[in-house]
Amino acid sequence: MNYNVTKKGYYGTFGGAYIPEMLYPNVENLRQNYLKVMAEPDFKAEFDQLLKDYVGRPSPLYFAKRLSEKYNTKVYLKREDLNHTGAHKVNNTIGQILMAKKLGKKRIIAETGAGQHGVATATVCALMGMDCVVYMGEIDIARQAPNVARMKMLGAEVRPALSGSKTLKDATNEAIRDWINNPVDTHYIIGSAIGPHPYPDMVTRFQSVISEEIKWQLKEKEGRENPDYVVACIGGGSNAAGTYYHFLHEEEVGIIAVEAAGKGINSGESAATSALGKEGVIHGCKTLLMQTNDGQITEPYSISAGLDYPGVGPLHAHLYKTGRGEFYSATDDEAMQSGLELTKLEGIIPAIESSHALAIFKHKTFKPDDVVVLSLSGRGDKDLDNYIKYFNL
Amino acid sequence: MNRINKKMQEDKKLLSLYFTAGYPELNNTVKIIEDLEANGVDMIEIGLPFSDPLADGPTIQNSSTIALKNGMTTNLLFKQLKDIRKTVSIPLIVMGYFNPMLQYGVEDFCKKCSEIGIDGLIMPDLPLAVYQDEYEAIFKKYNLKNIFLITPQTSNERIKQIDEASDAFIYMVSSASVTGSKSGFGDEQTAYFKRIASMQLKNPQIVGFGINNNETFTQATEDAKGAIIGSAFIKHLTENGVDTIKEFVQEIR
Ligand SMILES: Cc1ncc(COP(=O)(O)O)c(C=O)c1O
Repeated sequence: MNYNVTKKGYYGTFGGAYIPEMLYPNVENLRQNYLKVMAEPDFKAEFDQLLKDYVGRPSPLYFAKRLSEKYNTKVYLKREDLNHTGAHKVNNTIGQILMAKKLGKKRIIAETGAGQHGVATATVCALMGMDCVVYMGEIDIARQAPNVARMKMLGAEVRPALSGSKTLKDATNEAIRDWINNPVDTHYIIGSAIGPHPYPDMVTRFQSVISEEIKWQLKEKEGRENPDYVVACIGGGSNAAGTYYHFLHEEEVGIIAVEAAGKGINSGESAATSALGKEGVIHGCKTLLMQTNDGQITEPYSISAGLDYPGVGPLHAHLYKTGRGEFYSATDDEAMQSGLELTKLEGIIPAIESSHALAIFKHKTFKPDDVVVLSLSGRGDKDLDNYIKYFNL
Repeated sequence: MNRINKKMQEDKKLLSLYFTAGYPELNNTVKIIEDLEANGVDMIEIGLPFSDPLADGPTIQNSSTIALKNGMTTNLLFKQLKDIRKTVSIPLIVMGYFNPMLQYGVEDFCKKCSEIGIDGLIMPDLPLAVYQDEYEAIFKKYNLKNIFLITPQTSNERIKQIDEASDAFIYMVSSASVTGSKSGFGDEQTAYFKRIASMQLKNPQIVGFGINNNETFTQATEDAKGAIIGSAFIKHLTENGVDTIKEFVQEIR
């Protein structure tokens, strides 16, 4: 089985570029150039240097001793939370801003839900001196005030998405509309492994530094490159794609995805796309998405704004359909308890998105000698308000 | 012969109107179509509303949201249009986004359209390559014309491909924008209209996006065969109601 993207941009039956003609010149330009640009020595050198000196990579692979004892297995945390700006998102924005420069673009647009991708984009725009507009749902702007302030400090303009449900899906629509209106000088930095081909593959490749590092770090610590399992939470699926990438074709490595079940899969307030979704087209991509029988896209719900997306990236739809990935979902409550548990056991406050990945231990029992590598995709600073409210701190 | 092809042979500039089915009221569909024909409109795009219309500006987004709230569905639209060919003879085109069509089943959707007497489809997010690889045979089987868009950024090479793949007209998007965002045409548009005219394409071109009055209609159709008005008509319906279609059409030409 092949888990890499095909020449036409598909993972099995998922993927492709279902875009209006207005977007074709830009997306086609990107498609024709992204692999070429990524292979250029000066691009690679600048990308690697920024990841090292600016982001602080490699991120540690940390053996979580007390968590391991509690669940009677060997847990390693891949510490993406220690990256500059506090999450894995910056790996992708560094890559894409360098790509935008190579393509001669002067202006950057992005969408954001929780604000993590917006902050990571505003950060690299400040670094490169480029204009930056971030679209954010009006409701999320109210929910995530500190990240809005960070983006503004970084010089970005935050534009409210006023349409639809006024959250991440609508912010993405607005960013796409902006790109239609500004086809010449603008690059759209998508924040997850979603969107029309080549975005899912490009974002996956920029994030694949995560699994590249896991391989040599695990070799140092365990004497072998391949763990028994890799675990990640999935919103659109960028931290997961990066965590899985170099293990996709290593059959002995189990791939585990954790989605947000919200208040429960059957509660009507959920974001567990693999369980609730059907094949369809969203934001230029054929994938699994939550929709009505009539093909109208429905509103997801999760306590975590970063997992609050009605689709998953096409790679993950393929992993689900082929059975290569094991898919679980964690409720708000399970995630919050798992986040608190990590804080108490290891002294690490995780992002609520990452807390969903940690909830895997409530759903699956691992063997004592299993080596489980879990992507700790972000830190919890941005979520303190949520933790305070939830636990009455 | 397909009604669109026949219409394209008429010796005049064509006026085509877009409206969102289910807006302003759920059951306005048939009345709007009949009134448009009665007032001399040449062709109609019936918008099947979608929750996430990527290529549309606020006006059509809003009409789509309300139409869905009113209860519009693919099935209901087909039911409303069941007898439309008893009263209406101008070309009718269904315009929408691909996902609702995909969920209905592409072949079932085409079959239903053909039974009703729909002449063509505009699905902006069904790209040329996918259409040719997977769906062209089905469209042909049901004698449905698939209408493709071009924009000022579309390369000449691709315009030629699209012309080759088309057999009705080419939907010429007037400027780089979503629907309803610009009004009035400048030198850039005029140059683009001339450039396309000089390409001598086999399909006639109909200009859409940014046409909202007699002046822009006249400008757009100087070289092109016709023009499509969408957002301006929706705005008119919002402000003046569905009993004033005559006034709107007379204003345009
Ligand atoms: C810390 C963190 N983890 C995970 C996600 C989910 O995104 P993805 O599935 O693309 O990794 C987000 C999104 O905002 C995030 O901020």
